[in-house]
Amino acid sequence: MDFLNDPNALPWLIPAGPLLAFLIITLLTNKSKLVPASDHHEYGGHHPDYDGMLVPVVARYSRVISIGVGMCGVLAALVISWVTLYNASQLHHIGQEVLASSIAWMDTGETAFKMGVLVDPATVIMLVMVPIAVLMIFIYSIGYMAHDPRQARFFALISLFAGAMLTLVVADNVLLLFVGWEIMGVCSYMLIGFWFEKESAYKAAIKAFTTTRIADVVMLLGIAYLYSLTGTLNYRDIMYNPETLDMLATTAPIIFGGWTVSAASIIGIFLIIGTVGKSAQFPLHVWLPDAMEGPTPVSAMIHAAAMVSAGIFSLIRLYPLFAAGGDPHHGVLTEPLAFMAVVGAFTALLAATMAVAQNDVKAVLAYSTISQLGFMMAALGIGAYIAAAFHLITHAFFKALLFMAAGSVIHGMEHGEHHVHEHGHGHDASHHPDEGHHFDPQDMRNMGGLRKTMPVTFWTFLIGGLSLSGFPIITAGFWSKDEILADAWLGVQNYGSGAHGMVFIMLALAAFMTAFYTMRQIALTFGGEARTEAAKHANLGKGVVSITMTLPLIILAFFAIGAGFVGVPNDFPVLNAIFSPEYNAFHHLTVEALPLSEATAAFSSLPDYHAKAPPFNIIPVATSVLVALLGLWLGWLVYWRKPLKAGQRDPMENFLGPLHPVLQNRYYLDEIYGRVFVAPSQWLSAQIISFLDRGIIDALLHIIARLFTWLGDLVKVLNLWLIDGVGDGIPIAIFNFGGWLRRMQSGRVQQYMLLILAAAVAIGIVLVLSSGAALAQ
Amino acid sequence: MVDIFGIDALSVLVFAPALSALLVAALASLVPSKQLGRWAALVLSLLIALLSIQVFFDYQAAGLAIGDEPFIITQDSVWFEAIGARWTLGIDGISAVMILLTGILTPLAILASWNIDDRANMHLALLLLFETGSMGVFAAMDLMVFFLFYELTLVPMYFLINQWGSMPKSGVKYSGRFYASTKFMIYSFGGTLGMLLATQLIGWSAGSFSIPGLVEAWPTFREGQALLGIDVSAVKALAFIGFFVAFSIKVPIWPFHTWLPDAHGEAPTAGSMLLAGIMLKLGAYGFIRLVIPLFPDVWLTEVALIGVNVATLFAILSVVGIVLGAFAAFGQTDIKRLVAYSSVNHMGFVGIGIAVLAQTYAQLWTGANPAADVQSAIIAANGTVLQMFNHGLSSAGMFLLAGALYHKTHTRELADYGGLWVKAPVMGAILLFTSFASLGLPGLNGFVSEFLIVRGSWTTYTALTAIAMLGLLFTGGYILKGIRAVLHGPFNLRWRDTSLELTRAELVAMAPLIALMLLTGLYPNWILPMINTTVSTIFAGLAS
Repeated sequence: MDFLNDPNALPWLIPAGPLLAFLIITLLTNKSKLVPASDHHEYGGHHPDYDGMLVPVVARYSRVISIGVGMCGVLAALVISWVTLYNASQLHHIGQEVLASSIAWMDTGETAFKMGVLVDPATVIMLVMVPIAVLMIFIYSIGYMAHDPRQARFFALISLFAGAMLTLVVADNVLLLFVGWEIMGVCSYMLIGFWFEKESAYKAAIKAFTTTRIADVVMLLGIAYLYSLTGTLNYRDIMYNPETLDMLATTAPIIFGGWTVSAASIIGIFLIIGTVGKSAQFPLHVWLPDAMEGPTPVSAMIHAAAMVSAGIFSLIRLYPLFAAGGDPHHGVLTEPLAFMAVVGAFTALLAATMAVAQNDVKAVLAYSTISQLGFMMAALGIGAYIAAAFHLITHAFFKALLFMAAGSVIHGMEHGEHHVHEHGHGHDASHHPDEGHHFDPQDMRNMGGLRKTMPVTFWTFLIGGLSLSGFPIITAGFWSKDEILADAWLGVQNYGSGAHGMVFIMLALAAFMTAFYTMRQIALTFGGEARTEAAKHANLGKGVVSITMTLPLIILAFFAIGAGFVGVPNDFPVLNAIFSPEYNAFHHLTVEALPLSEATAAFSSLPDYHAKAPPFNIIPVATSVLVALLGLWLGWLVYWRKPLKAGQRDPMENFLGPLHPVLQNRYYLDEIYGRVFVAPSQWLSAQIISFLDRGIIDALLHIIARLFTWLGDLVKVLNLWLIDGVGDGIPIAIFNFGGWLRRMQSGRVQQYMLLILAAAVAIGIVLVLSSGAALAQ
Repeated sequence: MVDIFGIDALSVLVFAPALSALLVAALASLVPSKQLGRWAALVLSLLIALLSIQVFFDYQAAGLAIGDEPFIITQDSVWFEAIGARWTLGIDGISAVMILLTGILTPLAILASWNIDDRANMHLALLLLFETGSMGVFAAMDLMVFFLFYELTLVPMYFLINQWGSMPKSGVKYSGRFYASTKFMIYSFGGTLGMLLATQLIGWSAGSFSIPGLVEAWPTFREGQALLGIDVSAVKALAFIGFFVAFSIKVPIWPFHTWLPDAHGEAPTAGSMLLAGIMLKLGAYGFIRLVIPLFPDVWLTEVALIGVNVATLFAILSVVGIVLGAFAAFGQTDIKRLVAYSSVNHMGFVGIGIAVLAQTYAQLWTGANPAADVQSAIIAANGTVLQMFNHGLSSAGMFLLAGALYHKTHTRELADYGGLWVKAPVMGAILLFTSFASLGLPGLNGFVSEFLIVRGSWTTYTALTAIAMLGLLFTGGYILKGIRAVLHGPFNLRWRDTSLELTRAELVAMAPLIALMLLTGLYPNWILPMINTTVSTIFAGLAS
């Protein structure tokens, strides 16, 4: 295959750079030197007591080379992505034409499963977002992990993470998507548990992997089922092929036959459950807040650029399957669509309520991620395909920005805390390192006033926060959220669809709460005066760390605003003349990933996937403007105008009363899951070994063994008794034989082998004689 | 196919290990140096491995297409004329894969036992003797020869566990290895007694032990033909049960599995590697080679009381093994027993694949369902054979690592480890890799075969496949539990002055396993077409 000159084959190389970087760092450049563990600064403070031990710390040259290799990998991916985007733009009519290449990968009878790459409009939008976001995260990690003893390993793992995400993006079939999907799962497991000495870290890692795996095994069934019905897993052969879609939508399912559902619905729900796990939707959302145990760049990776986006991206990819048999634009939802609408809208609201009561700067963002993913899921459920894709992209930019800005805050707070120790500002005894300090650099109650010491972080965080809140017109978040609401409103207005109405109301409520908690977060972190000594001295310092940590924020801030303007509706008053004079660029491109209207018209089971964008309507626009501004204003009123004083209670606690601890403790879902699922599984495992295997199966065998031993003893006694009667000579012979036997049991293997050989010969003779006798008959 | 000094390759593969074993054993009394014995065993086993690779690629180079006769017979001569047994060796795509696996794993097992000092030569000789047994089983085209080699594998394994097994735990007078080895031996012998009887019955009735011949002739032995005064269907049922129990114990199919955790737990590292890597495959291979083609009608017999046929019962037992095996592994506190139960879990997938194969084959053969889903059965069978190969790689790797840990710390209790990744970064990385291969991570080998099996069994055993997912979920549970206990958490300062990193020999032994796991995961078609051609040919023969 000519990878470099064939535009069809070039996408193979997009994930190659980061994957190669992973291999090179892991096998070659990750070299450590051993230093005494007492050297606190070298070991970053993330270790328990390695008393008197030498611990590995990455060597300086290895650190530099590994970072270099990692950067080269992701840069290569970026460049090849851009070349691919250029190649795609040269296609006559992308969507009807695509870049694709595949090889026979797995023989199955007369046919073979083909593995390959595909660049269609859905790939294109991801190729715009993912490499840039990933590159920013890489740059940021140079500074953020600069003092970590395992920075080379970190770069290896995030390279693998990026490579897996890019594999998923360019995959041309569901199986390769699943490969990238699961490898990302493992990377997130390793990165969440990166500081593996910490109990909270490895527990969060196990939780993330196990929770998503619940969903993944169901998804695997969906893939197997889809494969068994269609004989292929290729997107173009299924999702762009009306005949296959029609067949799936009209086939009765192999299970749940009692329900009047189609095979497409069962497969769809199985596949959606995969995303419920990966994109942290209720009831499998519990892993994501814990996932912030990992270093902050990982949080940005998981929450924005890669992992959770992958879940929504897979839904976008598989959307034609979910909608087959229904017509969402006319208010007819299939089971998978309804499932997505309900789960998404519910999750969006549920997570927003939890975010209101969090004090950890990253926790607020984690819950907002869950909530925003709920927006996308609900959007897909009501058929707002383009809006969901749009929100996926804008969210990735502003959420990556917010996480990294939050990481800057944490880094600054740690820096400030360190400064306080060095200079003796803190007179609090509990701050002394020997007594184990309990200072939490992530707790917003310890912050305040950071806008003064960390201005770049403040302004970029503000931009990201406003975008998340959907601040009207100037932020990207507004445009994508507005489009979701517009689609929902259309369904209500034209067809009186209850599902659309539910989604509209719940998302509007969630959007209001989003604006409120975001303003609360900005105010608690940056507003007012510093509430601790550490906050007073919080900053990023100077040099490489400072530059590499702020540069990505500035670049992403640009996208957090600008990314919205590619999707301005072309009938939006005034602004359409500037941003979408001819057509809405994003809509125009993305819709081409779906089967053509002319092709689907012949099949009554299939909707018109190419439905037009909702026409301009003042109600949804006014709603999104109103909820955003109202939420921000309320947040400003409560938290910015009257900043929290040190030690003062959060006004939310008074306002919410007994509800506050419930929200703060995530509705106690973790505790409930622990009691209902985890503990019984552990009990069951113990029972299977002790009761079933030992108590029943082995006990039965032992009874049989006893029985035969007893029989043997009986025969022995009988023999002794008989032989006693016969005479004295034979007992002596027996005695001698016993002595000989004892010598046999000397444990010498050679003797045993000799004996076995003799026995084998004896058996052979018997065999020959008996068979001879048989033949003679 | 290649020959060595005029002797056909398969005969060499079968006898060379035994001769090497003799040589290595003899070296012990001739030369006092253990190092010489080790090198001799390693070099000889490597030569055998090279030959097995050559045989594999020779078979591939034969370029057989679907529908061609899949067997390449390299040797067929008079052996035991009185009973009609002949010395026939040959391979098809399935046995070629198994021979490759056996050839590769044996030198790695020898490397893994590099640091055994106690009667080192005899230990290595037993490993080589085991190789003879397995090679013989995989190459045998005569039922009697098959049986003899099948039994032969027990002897070295028994002594490996009994003599070189684990040391007694503190406070316990006797080591569990005596119990484990006895249990292993009696379990296996108990199973093969029926198999011996079945072999005799079949040979007697058919007048020949030739496996390809029996596949043609034996199933068509019709009702009514009296045999020693017994009805044929009764004879068939008896013979079926004989084989069924013997192979089920070996695979192991639940509830015939309880010998396995004990044997694995107590066996020395190399013993565990070969036991899990190769020996379990003998049972699965027996099902595919013998039980399915010889008894197609019996598989469709309704089982009294349960109301399903034998193939479905087998699928149910396999799924029970998948689920309960995963739960049991999750509940272990002993690293080797955890890995042992993971074998019950993984081989359950082989079991369900065999059940699909049996069900579809039987339906087509008897004509009970001429429209049976052949495509799914081929996919399931491909997955089954590939899973046998993959489990050979990953379980050998897991046992090597568990053994390496045990050798250095003298404890198998998970609770005694903790945070070892700091002190042994290379071991940690390799353990993670191997664990994830065992877990079935996409991109590594186990996933490909598990996916094929799930896809293949979905149309035949839909509900059972869905239940098996519960086992797959808990596979994640026990793998993460193992990783967590060994690598994560605060470092257990008890091992502060212990060297925990893998030795050079262990590293060298892991390298080919890692390479093969990755290769099979990234590009399964390096090995799959051979399996696929043979499997498809089996079904093509039925359709016509």
